[in-house]
Amino acid sequence: MKANYGYKDGSGEFFITIDTDKCNSCGDCEKVCPSKVISMITNDYDEVVPAVVDEHRKKIKYSCAPCKPVAGPRNVPCIVACKPGAITHSW
Amino acid sequence: MVEYWRWKEYRWTSPDIDWKTAKIISCGIDVGSVSTQAVIMTDGQLYAYSNMRTGSNSPDSARNGLDWALKETDIKQENIHFIVATGYGRVNIPFANKAITEIACHARGANFMYGPTVRTVLDMGGQDCKAIRCDDKGKVTAFLMNDKCAAGTGRGMEVFADLLQVHIEEVGDLSLQVDKEPPPVSSTCVVFAKSEASALLRKGVPKNEVLAAYCSAMSHRVFSLLERLGVEKDFVITGGISKNTGIVKRLEKEMGLTPLTPRYDPQIAGGVGAALFAKSLVEKQRAGA
Repeated sequence: MKANYGYKDGSGEFFITIDTDKCNSCGDCEKVCPSKVISMITNDYDEVVPAVVDEHRKKIKYSCAPCKPVAGPRNVPCIVACKPGAITHSW
Repeated sequence: MVEYWRWKEYRWTSPDIDWKTAKIISCGIDVGSVSTQAVIMTDGQLYAYSNMRTGSNSPDSARNGLDWALKETDIKQENIHFIVATGYGRVNIPFANKAITEIACHARGANFMYGPTVRTVLDMGGQDCKAIRCDDKGKVTAFLMNDKCAAGTGRGMEVFADLLQVHIEEVGDLSLQVDKEPPPVSSTCVVFAKSEASALLRKGVPKNEVLAAYCSAMSHRVFSLLERLGVEKDFVITGGISKNTGIVKRLEKEMGLTPLTPRYDPQIAGGVGAALFAKSLVEKQRAGA
C-alpha cells in the first residue's frame, strides 16, 4: 500500500509517501526523525508500518523544514535511514 | 429562515430479507464530520441503513444513527454480533467493538457496492476528500487524503448553497444549466472562492453560472488529487458529493472516464465497508473458538 500523508494547498504539494509493501517494519525512520513526525503503527491490515502522526499531517511543510535546508545538501534522515527505500517526499 | 444546506435524513430496510435466519448480523457505523450512517448487514447482505446529520456530539449521533437504522426492524442491539466504527468520529464510540479507518472501509464498501472491478475510489465527504486505489478484494493499494482545507468537500458546497440560496440537492442540476462553461473560481480555498462568487453576483452574473464556476473549480481540485495518485478503471465516486451531478459530470469530462453508476446509495459506502469488516471479524472469532 502506498500511503500518502500530507496536503496540497496554495503554496504547493507536501506529501510523505510510505510504500508499506517495501517496508520491513524496522522502525529506523521513527528513531531518526528529529521532529517526531513519523511513528510506527499497526494499520488496518495488521502490518506494523510507519505513519505520519495526526498532529503533523496538516503542517508537514513546517514540521519537516529542519531537515530540508533551502540551500545545501539534503540528506533527509528518514529517507536515508530507510534501507528498503520505502519513504519518499514530494517536495 | 430557510437553511439551504440542510439535506434530508432518511432510512431504509430491505423488504426481502428475514434477519432471523441470518448467522451473522454485523453493523458498521460511519461517523463523519457532517453525516452519520449506520448500516446493518445480515450474512453480508445489506439489510437496513440510516443516514443522518452528525451534530456536535459524535457518540450521541452514532447511537441515534444505530437506533434509527434498527427502528423499523425488530433487531435489538444485543442481536448484533459485531460493530465496527469508522470515519472521523470513530475513536470515541463506546459501544463499538473495533475502529477501522474510513480509507479501508470505503475501499471495501465500494468493492461490495460496485463489484470487484473497482480500482479507484474517490470519496468526497463532508470535511475531506480521499482518493483510494484498491485491488479486486477491496484491499487498499494506495491512498491520498486531503483534509487540510474545505475546497473539494461537501462543506464547501454547503457554503455555496447558502450563499446563493439554492437547496443543496439542486446545486448540481442548476450548475449544469449554462450555455457556456464560465471560468472557474479559486480552487484552493472556499473562503476565497466565496468572496469571488460574491463579486460575480454583484456584477450581475446569474446564480447558475456562479455555481458552474464553483463546481468546475471543485472538480478541478479533486482531479489534481486523483492525478497525483493515478487513476485506473473502474472508477467510482462515493460520499455525499457523488449525488451532485454538477461535480460528477465535470469530473467525468476532465478525466475522460465515466464513473460506474451506483446500485446502492453511494453515501453509505464507508458504513457498508465497516459492516463487512465486522462480518469478517466475527468469522475469524468463530473459526478461532
